[in-house]
Amino acid sequence: MDNQRRKFLKLAGAAALAGIGAPTLVRLNSSTALAAEHGATAEPHGKTIDPGPQGIRLGMVIDMRKFTEQPMLLDRAITACNEAHNIPLIDNAKSEIKWIWKTPFANAFPQQSSYHMAKNVKDSDFLVLCNHCDEPPCVRACPTQATFKLKTNGIVAMDYHRCIGCRFCMAACPYGARSFNWEDPRPYIKKYNKDFATRMRGVVEKCTFCSERLALGLEPACVEACQGTGAIVFGDLNNEQSEIRQLLDQEFAIQRNPSLGTKPSVFYIV
Amino acid sequence: MYNKGTIIPGLIIFVLFVTFPIWFNGLKAGTPPKPELPPGGEKKCVESADYMRVNHMQLLNKWRDNVLRDDNREIITVDGKNYRKGLQKACMQCHSNKEKFCDNCHTYAAVTPYCWDCHLSPKEAASKEETQ
Repeated sequence: MDNQRRKFLKLAGAAALAGIGAPTLVRLNSSTALAAEHGATAEPHGKTIDPGPQGIRLGMVIDMRKFTEQPMLLDRAITACNEAHNIPLIDNAKSEIKWIWKTPFANAFPQQSSYHMAKNVKDSDFLVLCNHCDEPPCVRACPTQATFKLKTNGIVAMDYHRCIGCRFCMAACPYGARSFNWEDPRPYIKKYNKDFATRMRGVVEKCTFCSERLALGLEPACVEACQGTGAIVFGDLNNEQSEIRQLLDQEFAIQRNPSLGTKPSVFYIV
Repeated sequence: MYNKGTIIPGLIIFVLFVTFPIWFNGLKAGTPPKPELPPGGEKKCVESADYMRVNHMQLLNKWRDNVLRDDNREIITVDGKNYRKGLQKACMQCHSNKEKFCDNCHTYAAVTPYCWDCHLSPKEAASKEETQ
């Protein structure tokens, strides 16, 4: 009888010890394995570069040097977009609809210091639009999947049919690239492009990188408006032969607020 | 039965009242709508007329998802003519009179699809000068 109890207590003790010790052992083993795996690729701080997603990733380079030389290009690009997409012109900061618009450097790049800034940068307006981020916060915020990232080309697209007008995406977008239709936009549209729809009251809208024009083999409307000047270069960021990549390889370009980790696809040469 | 003198005439009045829309229109459903055929004389649609009559709304939803969600904007060719998927880009190219085509049946069937809240009917599009 006593013998059996003694045996039982021994076994129970051993099992308890094994139970407590096992997770530590597993953790120790796995961490050494992980360290060995990463050891080969570990680089000094600041040297590791995220390769980003593969496949076609459409992006844009806006060469502000060209726009500073010819400021009327800004309005030409904006008008081309407005006309192509039936965008209403509402003269009211609360209700206005913006796909592509101009703003001073300090507003476009609030994280950059504008203290003692070059005069030409200080005095000129920047062209801003949806950045078609790799990690779009608006897509995460959308409760109905009305906005989503296209797998084929990285465009952050909208399905206005599904938009319920909750404006979560507007709150989520750090670049103010989305506009809400507070009222019926049709009375504010001067000319209709009969190939494109308008929007209705109660939906959010934004730049689509002219998906509908790309399908026809055309460049986005703003790029076409600046044709020949090289002020806006559009193309596949993942194709080493593309014009946009060659430009980015040569010139130093900045993105709007990269510290947020949204990975914008629109670059600026200042 | 108690109170049959009031209940039976009451029931008759009730049934007559509820069926008012039917007998008031002479037991007919009214003249069935005849949507206008394409004024341009096109004879063939992207699907058969029977299919379109029943399923045009599903086809439009499919096209919408193809174009917006799947980035599949393949061109549809019918009788040598090319159409891009879309209400304005395909349907209204032939059925150019929304009032005589779409509204004709929709009014009869008392359905109010919200297509035209955003999409432009050819008449609406022409009401303001076009780009280019």
